[in-house]
Amino acid sequence: MTGMNPTIVFLLSPFLAALLSPVLVRIMGANAAWLLALIPAGIFAHLLGYVPSVAEGEAATMGVVWAPSLGVNLSYFLDGLSLTFALLISGIGTLIILYAGGYLKGHAQHGRFLAFLFLFMGSMIGVVTADNLIALFIYWELTSITSFLLIGFDHNRMASRRAALQALVVTGGGGLALLAGVVVLHLVTGMNELSLVLNSGDVLRESPFYLLAFWLVIGGAFTKSAQFPFHFWLPNAMEAPTPVSAYLHSATMVKAGVYLLMRMNPVLGDTLVWQTVLPVFGTATLVIGTLLAIRQTDLKLMLAYTTVASLGLLVSLTGFGNEKAIEAAVYYLVAHALFKGALFMVAGLIDHEAGTRDIRALGGLRSAMPLTFAAAALASLSMAGLPPFIGFMAKEEIYAAIARADAWSVAITLFTIIGNALMLVIAAAVAIRPFLGEAKETPKHAHEGPVLMWLGPVVLATLGLVSAIVAHTTNHLFVSPMAGAVAGAEVDAHAAIAFHIGLPLALSVVTIALGIAVFCFLPQARFAMAKVLHRIGWGPDTGFDQFISGLVSLSTLITRFLQNGRMEAYMTTVFLIFGVAIWYGLIRYGEFPEFPQFVTPTFYEAGIFLLAVLGLAAVIYAHDRLTAIVSLGIQGFAVAVIFILFGAPDLSFTQFMVETLSVVILALVMTRLILDKTDHRPFGERFFDTAVALIAGSGFLLLLLAVLQVPFDPALSDFFTAYSRVVAHGRNIVNVIIVDFRGLDTMGEIAVVMIAGLGIIALIRVKARRPRAEAEQ
Amino acid sequence: MNTIIFRTVAPYLTALMVVFSVFILLRGHNDPGGGFIGGLIAASAFAIYGIANGVAPVRRALYFHPITLAGFGLFLAACAGLPSILAGVPFLTGLWVFPTVFGVELALSTPLFFDIGVYFVVVGSITAIALGLEDRMEN
Repeated sequence: MTGMNPTIVFLLSPFLAALLSPVLVRIMGANAAWLLALIPAGIFAHLLGYVPSVAEGEAATMGVVWAPSLGVNLSYFLDGLSLTFALLISGIGTLIILYAGGYLKGHAQHGRFLAFLFLFMGSMIGVVTADNLIALFIYWELTSITSFLLIGFDHNRMASRRAALQALVVTGGGGLALLAGVVVLHLVTGMNELSLVLNSGDVLRESPFYLLAFWLVIGGAFTKSAQFPFHFWLPNAMEAPTPVSAYLHSATMVKAGVYLLMRMNPVLGDTLVWQTVLPVFGTATLVIGTLLAIRQTDLKLMLAYTTVASLGLLVSLTGFGNEKAIEAAVYYLVAHALFKGALFMVAGLIDHEAGTRDIRALGGLRSAMPLTFAAAALASLSMAGLPPFIGFMAKEEIYAAIARADAWSVAITLFTIIGNALMLVIAAAVAIRPFLGEAKETPKHAHEGPVLMWLGPVVLATLGLVSAIVAHTTNHLFVSPMAGAVAGAEVDAHAAIAFHIGLPLALSVVTIALGIAVFCFLPQARFAMAKVLHRIGWGPDTGFDQFISGLVSLSTLITRFLQNGRMEAYMTTVFLIFGVAIWYGLIRYGEFPEFPQFVTPTFYEAGIFLLAVLGLAAVIYAHDRLTAIVSLGIQGFAVAVIFILFGAPDLSFTQFMVETLSVVILALVMTRLILDKTDHRPFGERFFDTAVALIAGSGFLLLLLAVLQVPFDPALSDFFTAYSRVVAHGRNIVNVIIVDFRGLDTMGEIAVVMIAGLGIIALIRVKARRPRAEAEQ
Repeated sequence: MNTIIFRTVAPYLTALMVVFSVFILLRGHNDPGGGFIGGLIAASAFAIYGIANGVAPVRRALYFHPITLAGFGLFLAACAGLPSILAGVPFLTGLWVFPTVFGVELALSTPLFFDIGVYFVVVGSITAIALGLEDRMEN
């Protein structure tokens, strides 16, 4: 740790931007986006400065001490993996801010939206650069919370709120697993910082807690990265405004899980369970994601399901178990961030300008929106894995990595081919259907969007081409260091767009042929999928609703049982548990008090005791409730007098007041409750209540006697007697304790008194309103 | 409870009790008393006034809603802990000054203000409850 460092300021600057954006938008309107975009652009430029040194294999750590006693620091770690991620997040973030500036222009909550985006950006950059395990978790949860705000931005719509809540429940639940996971990592390795954990070698793999750590980390990663069967929240999150989808589902939020797996690969990877679970779930997610994508007609939903599929592919590659596969994953990750970001923005542009996202209603937009069409075409070609785009390089690398002779690899390869072919179908559908063919009448008269909006997709789509053309530089500066960080060993990536005749190319050709074949029958395929899904009927999305409604019913049931609203039940429970607990302790440990030695009381003491007993008898035999309440007061006053006789004036004073007030208040309450004047519980109930009262009362008597027979430890009273006058300038020790020695306790107590008062006022008012409302009817 | 004697005596009794409660509050540091007890006395004073003459006159006399008084008390108690920041000692540490006013030495301290805060919380909360219940009795 090198202390405060300008980089830390850059990494935290999005949070500042979140504060500024509402103000700036109010002053400058949509043009504030140009100014605000300078912040992520600045982060991007600053981080670029690290690229040369990281490419040489160096990693930078920096940070500030936060809570050293807990081992929690705000520390950051920049190696190939985190740097590439941070560059993608800040770079695409810059374009997204501009895009959002145009997309929500004139929206009443434009500033709030940008603020949420910045909060999310800051959290996401934190996730990929955090070094401290707890800091990583905090940033991770921040992304869940901020994405909740973003997805639910349009909070007047039910679907939006449901999607936001669903994303929060799924990713937040995974976050809890991750918290447990980082605790296990810490306990096993004894380290707090990721950079140190990563150097711990085989400690984790050899630990008996390996499987625990593995499943907990997987729980965090799979929920965040929408792996089957947790994939359902991602398409639902399309309820968010398009800039959110373009950002969260291309380079950021959903990639956090992939980041975590890649990050942990050097210490958790290279085991049988890792190399089984990741490819199995990843491939399943890939195939299911693409199949579900075929079914959709909404541009955003089609893209969302292919994002699920792409994430599956990335997870599968990360766990495949050779360095080549990791290299392929890195290529694909970069390619996906570029083309998916561009395509989502294209979908938003079409929606914004044409008024619909349904591909069946779109067509022939190429002349109206030429720039958008160009961006869509370039990005789709990359997504389809055609040369000369980075998507092609990624696909070649994937096939080169996984096409092996054993049965396992063949199976994975087959499914990957199917997934990639269907991905090509979607890419073609997104790029061709809205733009080519004859022009269709759209809800809005389509024309090219504002520069704020087409800038992003054009830049990202072009980058997908440029990065492939300058493949050598891309490999050296980004892919090799990142793959090296994931593999935990030096990697020299050297993919290029030149054709190498061989198995990978052959598989690519098969993929493309299969894709084109399916594309020709897309409507039929869609219909078939819809039929299959209808046949199955149930899905995890429905399951989520069932889970939530089940949870609500269960908690209702428990609440109804515990809070049944009957005062007698509460009192009986409290006193019964109270009495049984005392009696159990006395019996279990044989600590019954000895029979006490009675001192003959003076006549006035005896008189007071008699008064107390008479008061109690009066309570029991009183004819009506009011008499009983007042009789209780007699007993209370007698006790107060006893306090005076035994030298506790403060206590006695308070007792007098409390008794007076409780009699007054009880009487007031009783007069308001609609009760019979007399108590007419049936005999059985009376008997039971008497038994409870006797158990509790006798238990307490025995406990008091037992306590009095323990030798008295005068340490505390000596302390207060000695210091009350000297230190706190007061002779009344009780009061000095209350307001000085234990002032903080008193503060808590008076807060409770006040809250109780507020609560009672509320209760009185609720009850009071009811008869009036009835009277009005 | 609506006897003429009670209704005639109640205002005087209330005034007497409130004065007495302040006396109990202030002497609390050295003799039996303090904010809690003082607050309870004052609260019973208002309750008695309310029972005798109705809630409206009590509310008028108090001017503020009783729960507001409780809030003020809590605020005052918390503020009494703040001067310790200036002195560089932990929150709520008692600080004392002994200025001489008109030839009499006064003992002013942060615990005194804290105790006054306690007094207000107790008066406010209990009075609010009692008056709330009495309100309903009248309707």
